[in-house]
Amino acid sequence: MPQIVVENLAKSFRIAERDPGAWGALRGLAHRRYRTIHALGGISFSLEPGELVGYIGPNGAGKSTTVKILAGILVPDGGRCEVLGRVPWKERIAHVGRIGVVFGQRTQLWWDLPVVESFELLRDIYRVPAKAYAGARDELVDLLDLAPLLDVPVRQLSLGQRMRCDLAAALLHAPALLFLDEPTIGLDAVSKLAVRDFVKRLNRERGVTVILTTHDMDDIEALCTRVMVIGQGTILSDGTLEDLRARVTRERWLIVDLADAAESISDPDAVVMRREGRRVHLRFDPGQVAPAALISRITARHPVSDLFVQNPPIEEIIARLYAEARP
Amino acid sequence: MTAYNAVFSARFQTLLQYRAAAAAGFGTQLFWGLIRTMIFEAFYRSGAAPQPMSLPQVVTYVWLGQAMLVLIPWNVDADVRAMIRSGTVAYELVRPLDLYTLWYSRALALRTAPALLRALPMFAVAGCFFGMQPPPSLAAGAAWLAATAGAALLAGAITTLITISLLWTLSGEGVSRLLPAVTMLFAGYVLPLPLFPDWAQALLSFLPFAGLADTPFRMYLGHLPPEAVFGVLGHQLAWTAALVLLGRAALARATRRMVVQGG
Repeated sequence: MPQIVVENLAKSFRIAERDPGAWGALRGLAHRRYRTIHALGGISFSLEPGELVGYIGPNGAGKSTTVKILAGILVPDGGRCEVLGRVPWKERIAHVGRIGVVFGQRTQLWWDLPVVESFELLRDIYRVPAKAYAGARDELVDLLDLAPLLDVPVRQLSLGQRMRCDLAAALLHAPALLFLDEPTIGLDAVSKLAVRDFVKRLNRERGVTVILTTHDMDDIEALCTRVMVIGQGTILSDGTLEDLRARVTRERWLIVDLADAAESISDPDAVVMRREGRRVHLRFDPGQVAPAALISRITARHPVSDLFVQNPPIEEIIARLYAEARP
Repeated sequence: MTAYNAVFSARFQTLLQYRAAAAAGFGTQLFWGLIRTMIFEAFYRSGAAPQPMSLPQVVTYVWLGQAMLVLIPWNVDADVRAMIRSGTVAYELVRPLDLYTLWYSRALALRTAPALLRALPMFAVAGCFFGMQPPPSLAAGAAWLAATAGAALLAGAITTLITISLLWTLSGEGVSRLLPAVTMLFAGYVLPLPLFPDWAQALLSFLPFAGLADTPFRMYLGHLPPEAVFGVLGHQLAWTAALVLLGRAALARATRRMVVQGG
């Protein structure tokens, strides 16, 4: 049975607008103009327990709006949505007791309090029994290496430390479902890896369903078995990363380091994308020419010191998908 | 209730740590208290007609007011304002708690902790040096304590209503300036309410603000007899109930049309 069912979910916002400058401000006093933004234009999907789904899209595409509706914070204008058998905004209190949420750009910890006191407050707020709390806390402290941070006031934590504490805070009540909204934003490489590693273990070992929104494609490649791409309030693509790649383009990249800087490459089946000194970036369609044939042709005609074939980076794929979706 | 208690006591304990603010507030309120008592002394010395309150009563009323100043709803909850402006308020909505009760718990802590921190030293200093008198009887003292608890509940309801208004105005600048002027006048901070002209008395005793300061202070002075405490509490609690209902209705409206700021 699916854990999340979303059908035709729609949400629009009305925002006040004014012309720039003093005249615009004055006119705005007398006559307010409103513009309606369709953040979600009827999206549908469903999610099985234990999935780890990447939910991506350009800024303003409706990612956060979706997450906020699923978390019971916003009320949609239309459509149906059930999470763990409940309509989030109708049974908000019962619903939020079963989910965990991390908004990467904000903290849910109390600014002035030591970390452990924030945890204790959350224990009381979620009514976690003392024994279950102690177990969950010790396990999270261990997994996220929080022991040295517990007595530090939250305002003194670095962003990476804070994010690890925020992850723990979202999981003290053992939710079945975890929403992560840009959990790696602004983190350094080590902290990013720590967060990814933790999320992966949480999903694999404890079976927690995770919905992850991010702009970091490395997060997606490292973690997600399924990727949903949203743009302009509609779902553009939903499937594995390979499906997504295949849908957008089959092309592959051939990168060649020439032995001679004066040499130039031309081949009927490959297009030169750019050249940096001796390095030439080519793209080709493996359906049109076999990679082995292309490589042997090029190495036969030109003195080559090195070469390799790769898939276009996932950023490239996503950027093309976003560009296609633009009206 | 444990969840709301936990939020209340966490907030209460945090607010008790603001010693510098309390010391500065204490100094300011001591200064203004001296000026206000001097003005009343000058008035009482020059006026011949009998007044509804004696000078020692007025002086004590003024010092009570200076001690309990921050109990009246004079500001917005800066924490909630910051959360609303930044969008962190989203986290308040993912707690399995009733949002109104959560904010009311915060408001009650905001009203009581700083008041406690300032009131105790002010009682000591004003009692020893500036003519503040103890309550005339044990009954008057007990009635004052009960009415002060009522005042805290009422102040919490008004503060919560103002917090909720931030969901529309976002800044709270306007309300922060308007509010002290209104509450202080109608609670008896400019002039003790019994000294207002007779025609204003009915309105003043009907409005909720009297229950924030004036009626508890008059219980302390014995200006109202101890058995009047039931009427005073009734007035405070009736207004509290009305403002809670109003706040809940406003919050229900606000959450339906809520836009969480930022991405």
